[in-house]
Amino acid sequence: MALVSNKVGEKPWTRRLWVAFFLGPHLLGMLAFLVIPILASLVLSYAEWDLLTPARWVGLDNYAALLSSPDFWDALKHTFYFIVGYLPLVLVLGLGLALLMNQKLRGRIIFRAIFFMPVVSAWVAVALLWKWLLNPRYGLVNWLLSLVGIEGPGWIFDPNWAMPSIILASVWKDLGFVMLLLLAGLQAISTDYYEAASLDGAAGWRMLRSITIPLLSPTIFFVVVISLVNSFQVFDQVYVMTAGGPAGSSQVLVGEIVNNAFRYSRFGYASAMSWVLFALIFLVTLVQLWLQKRTVHYQ
Amino acid sequence: MQVENQGSFALMAGKKQTKSLTVTLKVVRIVLSYAALVLAALFSLLPFIWMVSTSLKPAGEVLSASPVLLPANPTLSNYVTIADAFPIWRILFNSLFVAVLITLAQLLFSAMAAFAFARIPFRGSGLLFVLYLATLMIPSQVTITPLFILMTGLGWVNTYQGLILPGAFSAFGVFLLRQSFLSFPKEYEEAANLDGATYWTVFRRLVLPLSGPALATLTVLSFMSAWNSFLWPLFVTRDAEIMTLPVALATLQGRWTTQWNLVMAGAVLAVLPIITLYLFAQRYFVQGMTAGGLKG
Repeated sequence: MALVSNKVGEKPWTRRLWVAFFLGPHLLGMLAFLVIPILASLVLSYAEWDLLTPARWVGLDNYAALLSSPDFWDALKHTFYFIVGYLPLVLVLGLGLALLMNQKLRGRIIFRAIFFMPVVSAWVAVALLWKWLLNPRYGLVNWLLSLVGIEGPGWIFDPNWAMPSIILASVWKDLGFVMLLLLAGLQAISTDYYEAASLDGAAGWRMLRSITIPLLSPTIFFVVVISLVNSFQVFDQVYVMTAGGPAGSSQVLVGEIVNNAFRYSRFGYASAMSWVLFALIFLVTLVQLWLQKRTVHYQ
Repeated sequence: MQVENQGSFALMAGKKQTKSLTVTLKVVRIVLSYAALVLAALFSLLPFIWMVSTSLKPAGEVLSASPVLLPANPTLSNYVTIADAFPIWRILFNSLFVAVLITLAQLLFSAMAAFAFARIPFRGSGLLFVLYLATLMIPSQVTITPLFILMTGLGWVNTYQGLILPGAFSAFGVFLLRQSFLSFPKEYEEAANLDGATYWTVFRRLVLPLSGPALATLTVLSFMSAWNSFLWPLFVTRDAEIMTLPVALATLQGRWTTQWNLVMAGAVLAVLPIITLYLFAQRYFVQGMTAGGLKG
């Protein structure tokens, strides 16, 4: 640094050196561990390579194979099943909780701390915990159900209940996160609206429908986008709770990618599948941006 | 006159009645709200209590048809057992070491890059930043296959650098800090210029000390996501000597499929440090999560 006369706002070339100094390390890291792998993955998706034999170009074969693979379509179906079960549940419960928390009540900070504990916990620990809670014979959940006279299902051991088990654990973990985002949105709504509405005689349900929900819609949209993007990438809890089973009944897209890459060493095929995943996420984002323009109300 | 008086009396009485009615309604609403909140808090807490309680139970108490919340004979022997079966201290050290180094790298490199984007005008700055943001849209599963091949080629599978470096750089940190760095007035650099100071001085002496909250937010978010990270460590580690806690935990269930007291002891070890950190630094967790909409 002593070589350059390095006063702030110096000649352009010294400034360029400063840019290189500040930005260089991060840019190199991004290139090495993010940008080049992204490009490599794109190239790889047109090849077949198991790391042992030389790579072979196969053009669009990987994509074609994928579209005709029942495993891929099953994984896609299960991913959508997860989203359809998880998203409305976490949104409605999160909104209810946010509305409760948006009142001037004592002890709110303690409640917030409690609701947020699952959010910061590692998924692996949470998934193991739920696997134990949902144990058909000795688990807490089926015991609680038996208290009210319900015979609990086999949960993760039953192909029909494996995905609902994963959804239940996911809602438990993410509820505090969704509540927090919606609460931030609620607190941004000016009280003027509520005062004006109550002068007009609105209250309760009508206030919620005509004032709160429309004014909260940008936040709700934000939460939906984030949750959808995360849901498409659901993996940790599935891997730990069911490993995609029983009988493949809960295998999801990322699980398929992982299996193909690390179990079957089909790196090209796995890369192609990861780009399909990206395309899906990208598509959802575009659709939502388009919908947002049409339906979201801003204050 | 009298009539008017009577009328105003009636009006007052009516007002009083509505007032007491609204007070009652308010009390009912508060009671109902608390009831709902307590119910929700139980839903969040009960599993954790069950986790801790199971981890303190001797094997004989775990599998009972009617579960008991409090262990009859609480014991720490489960923790001792997993410490015997696993190099648990080594694994805890690995988790801590990897999370701390990733956090430090995130802080240093993101802060420097964010400073360049926010405070030094250069050609292509805007375009480069948009490209940075674009990388946030790519799911991590896209890069995981080539990264694994890269690590194999470098011989970095089963090493600390293999665990740390891919997590050390992200556009998110730059994005978060740039917002904060932009909020300082331009006069900083001008004043610094008069004093003959360099950009480095401005960065070190002015911008960093004034960005405490933003840096704290990035610290807790980076630490949390590194501590909880599973997918990448699962691929890049083979031996228990190098594993992080979540990966070791996942193998733990394979070893003892039915010994839930041991598995829950492992889960407590994974969850306790991060929840403690969260309780002490709540503000920054909450700020970071609301700002970024980013989950661990």
